[in-house]
Amino acid sequence: QVSLSGLKPLPEKVKIVEVGPRDGLQNEKTIVPADVKIRLIDMLSEAGLPVIEATSFVSPKWVPQMADQEEVMRGIHRKPGVSYPVLTPNLKGYRAAVKAGAMEVAIFGAASELFSKRNINCSVEESLQRFEEVMSAAREEKVPVRGYVSCVLGCPYEGSVSPSRVAEVAQRLYSMGCYEVSLGDTVGMGTPGGMAAMLEAVMREVPVHALAVHCHDTYGQALANILVALQNGVSVVDASVAGLGGCPYAQGASGNVATEDVVYMLHGLSIHTGVDLPKLMDAGSYICRSLNRRTSSKVAQASCKL
Amino acid sequence: IHLSRRSHCMRGQIATGPGLSGSSWSTELFPDFVKIVEVGPRDGLQNEKEMVPTEIKIQLIDMLSQTGLSVIEATSFVSSKWVVQMADHNEVLTGINKSPHVRYPVLTPNIQGFQAAVEAGAAEVAVFGSASETFSRKNINCSVEESMQRFEQVICAARQACIPVRGYVSCALGCPYEGQVHPAQVTKVAKRLHELGCYEVSLGDTTGMGTAGSMAAMLRAVMAEVPIHALAVHCHDTYGQALANILTALQMGVSVVDSSVAGLGGCPYAEGASGNVSTEDVVYMLHGLGIQTGVDLAKVIEAGDFICRALKRPTNSKVSQATSRSQPSFNMCE
Repeated sequence: QVSLSGLKPLPEKVKIVEVGPRDGLQNEKTIVPADVKIRLIDMLSEAGLPVIEATSFVSPKWVPQMADQEEVMRGIHRKPGVSYPVLTPNLKGYRAAVKAGAMEVAIFGAASELFSKRNINCSVEESLQRFEEVMSAAREEKVPVRGYVSCVLGCPYEGSVSPSRVAEVAQRLYSMGCYEVSLGDTVGMGTPGGMAAMLEAVMREVPVHALAVHCHDTYGQALANILVALQNGVSVVDASVAGLGGCPYAQGASGNVATEDVVYMLHGLSIHTGVDLPKLMDAGSYICRSLNRRTSSKVAQASCKL
Repeated sequence: IHLSRRSHCMRGQIATGPGLSGSSWSTELFPDFVKIVEVGPRDGLQNEKEMVPTEIKIQLIDMLSQTGLSVIEATSFVSSKWVVQMADHNEVLTGINKSPHVRYPVLTPNIQGFQAAVEAGAAEVAVFGSASETFSRKNINCSVEESMQRFEQVICAARQACIPVRGYVSCALGCPYEGQVHPAQVTKVAKRLHELGCYEVSLGDTTGMGTAGSMAAMLRAVMAEVPIHALAVHCHDTYGQALANILTALQMGVSVVDSSVAGLGGCPYAEGASGNVSTEDVVYMLHGLGIQTGVDLAKVIEAGDFICRALKRPTNSKVSQATSRSQPSFNMCE
């Protein structure tokens, strides 16, 4: 396998966690009906993505876009071998999720106190305690749980975030029982040096096979940051079809990195993803038409007119 | 395939891997300083549909001259019947307020262009070769060999006038007509330009289709024949790959990067697609890596805002988009 820097070779395979239907749509202004969400998820399943975050069991009064959570879960065609995790911020959401057929859930911690207070109205410690309840229930029912850490490379309120703080929260989630911890550059302000330093700290506490990166492209740094993560042994990358999901902290700025652009890079590096890029682009075109917006994927922009 | 070569301009130690350095990825891998070659006023504007009046071009260059950039490609001495946007080359070159800390290279495709450039006060010129035969024929109507002969004339005349010449190689990571381009093709042209007398050769991913993998393979081949300090990368962001490609080049020892303020210059091969990588986004990444550039990011953003207003188009720079509307709770310009 190609090594670009003389250090660790790049992974042969990378698992892409597609967050468009949840993280993406959640941050889009236009509300799309359940049948559009279902069709999107079905198209993504056909594109070969192994993990597709389907919806979120938060209260609809906080996130109206996800109000049709049950309908979506029941309506999607589950492709064998593909996981469809859903967000569950607390025990109540977890129970509703399981009842609606969820077989994997996700919980969201933050590396920044201020962000935690402003985003979910409680301290990081309090949020971890809430998650303990979810973890207990999930453990009993053998439902795998994925953990997210927000603000790993900076916080919209606190500014810089120390790698040791990220490591602390990541370690808590992992030792609580999360099979994987996704490290999110929530504001997109991270750069490759910061990514490397943060990963180095986290990897002292959590084995690299259990780590994922969730990069935002708000400052155009996402692919460079992902590349560095790969060079450090990370082999799970979150991305959002068509780059759905703007940045809530900088109006008009982009948010999630586009899955198409990530896959293009990985395939160019001879890394196996299992994803069929043309089918993925079809799914991207579909949702952009439904949202009446232009894709944020550069690969899609370049390819559609060549 | 492991890279063992390192640039002489990197810091003393060579990163030897996780066990020995204690860090699995170190900024010791990178150059201390990267020279940015700003191509917005020429490559950028040349590929913009909107005709820009001379005084706007001059004001843009003057603003860029105050940002700390040390090289600003000012204009092109091609025939105005081919490139209408550059028809005012004389006025631009004589009209700009030349900073003593900045060089202002201009494109000179042939000896006539060179002579006109010198007459207008050019102190540095650039020539454009191609790694792809088809691209050469379609773009400048002659074979790669014929173009080299033309450039030889320019370089000879430049040597006599003590004018440095920069060489460009297009299609270094792919051609819009031929598709894949073999690293050996790029090496051949780069080596020729360097041997003819170009002090620096900029390797251009003209279609933006290159990825970190193809960048590494191409650079490995070229670096075997052309010294690394004489190489630059000119990445297009048409497929969103530019920063990852630049990062790869830096890790391999390249320390000169071309970019365009506000990402000016769309891709002529994919309508609506982006082209040049934005200087703002490159500088943001470099500064985040602790690499010095001498560039004041805030001033580049201002110059970018200025030209985008004049062109009535939004910026292609994500850093600029993010900072123009972000909550003022943190300062990323540091």
